[in-house]
Amino acid sequence: MTKGKSVLSQASSETNKIPTLYPAKTKLQVTVIFFTVLIIYIFSMYWTQREMVGGVGGALGNMYTVIKKFFPPNFAILPNILDPLLQTIQMAIIATTIAAIITIPLALLSARNVTTFKPLYYFSRTFLNLLRTIPDLVLAVIFVGLFGIGVFPGILALIIFSLGILAKLISETIEAVDMNPMEAMRASGGNTLQVIWYALVPQVLPQYTSLVLYVFEINIRASVVLGLVGAGGIGLILNQQLGFYNYPNAMAIIIIIFVVVILIEYISNKIREALV
Amino acid sequence: MEQYSLPPKPKNAFMKRIRNIVIAIAVVALYIWTFTSIDIDWGRAIERSLNNFQRVIPKLFSPDWGALGEVSLSMLETVFIAFAGSLMAAIIAVPLAFLAANNMMGKYFSIIGKWILSAIRAFPDLILAILFVVAVGPNAFAGVLAIAIGSTGMLGKMFSEIIESIDMQVVEAMQANGANRIQILFYAVLPQIIPEFLSYAIYRFEVDIRASSILGIVGAGGIGTMIIFAANNRNWNEMGMILLAIIVVVTIIDFASAKIRQKIV
Repeated sequence: MTKGKSVLSQASSETNKIPTLYPAKTKLQVTVIFFTVLIIYIFSMYWTQREMVGGVGGALGNMYTVIKKFFPPNFAILPNILDPLLQTIQMAIIATTIAAIITIPLALLSARNVTTFKPLYYFSRTFLNLLRTIPDLVLAVIFVGLFGIGVFPGILALIIFSLGILAKLISETIEAVDMNPMEAMRASGGNTLQVIWYALVPQVLPQYTSLVLYVFEINIRASVVLGLVGAGGIGLILNQQLGFYNYPNAMAIIIIIFVVVILIEYISNKIREALV
Repeated sequence: MEQYSLPPKPKNAFMKRIRNIVIAIAVVALYIWTFTSIDIDWGRAIERSLNNFQRVIPKLFSPDWGALGEVSLSMLETVFIAFAGSLMAAIIAVPLAFLAANNMMGKYFSIIGKWILSAIRAFPDLILAILFVVAVGPNAFAGVLAIAIGSTGMLGKMFSEIIESIDMQVVEAMQANGANRIQILFYAVLPQIIPEFLSYAIYRFEVDIRASSILGIVGAGGIGTMIIFAANNRNWNEMGMILLAIIVVVTIIDFASAKIRQKIV
């Protein structure tokens, strides 16, 4: 902003010229980048639409008539989807709990200020980075292949997926703690476990709980769609109804998912605000 | 020697204890309900895994290089979907963010804007993809639309938080000098927000690469289409190749995006 101010003050001395905020070189760079982005964008749009019948205009015009098929949503199926809905929430609870436990050693291993042994730190960091690159549904597809259709592969996929996120966030929290209490404990002869328990845990606990709740929110969203690949929960019913072209039922399920996600996020947000 | 005693207990300690007990009971009840009513068929899971383990795991780690061409083409489509989608989202998110920021358009618009954004955010990407596949047909453009709408919710929220955190003194100074709204926007607001907007948009592209790689599962193009075919045909060598492609591309884009964002902010 100081740049902007100085240019503006210059402007008062030469009022007949409209001042520019940026030097010529930056302008050239920005122009080049802008056109590169634009070209890639146009090409992407062309590429993604090449298989489309009738082009964008036709499809968007068509959209109205198709969306109309979804309405009015048929809420009569509500009793039938209650069980899978609860199952979805249970999957998220179990997965979040197990991930929250496994994540502790992993987060400690990948925090620079706790794991002073460099190779181990780099190893666990790389491991977590690789883990996070695999999307949750891909994990679910593989686990369904391994364990058959059901809740179990879904929970397993959620655990591994959330482990990557949670361990990274928590290790960053650990890296940001005040190191003085830890040094004081070490100086007065505390061993590693004592240092962690008495100097690290009290500093990290509120953020830890908040992050676990955050990951729980992510897991709720993820578990909703896991059923699409046969990994249990409400997604399975949604997939069936879409398969039967029963759009009013599908819309009812989508609306219920929407309400549940908003509700859980609201509760979790309130708890997190109270915590931190 | 001086005597030390504990400080007096705060007055609301009793209420706090009651509250903690209630929370503890609620959490325990939640867990009891969860673990007693979930039905995991352990027998089948163990039996299946014993049968499949040898068939699946080694194949995942010996990717089918013959599929490299097809996989890279699908992965390229995935990148295109993510790029077009996140750029669209970045553009749509800007007006919504100005609407939702409480220091720009006034309180009531801010509440409306925030509601719109959180309503969009509540839809998982794949559900949006399902809707768009029904609407525009099973092709990559449905994926682009799903990513665009899905990212708008998150980006709009981030953008509006950035707008709320700008230095309002600059805006006031310009108002005092008699600048009109357009001038204030271009000379006081935009210079403060553009670097962070770009940084979040690029970060969102990173997230969207991951999201768009699974959209094909519901027919919205990209590498997800191959994932679902490979799984249905139990072609685990090809699945290994797909996994490898996803890991490599996501890692490269994460790395590049981190470098660019460091430069911008």
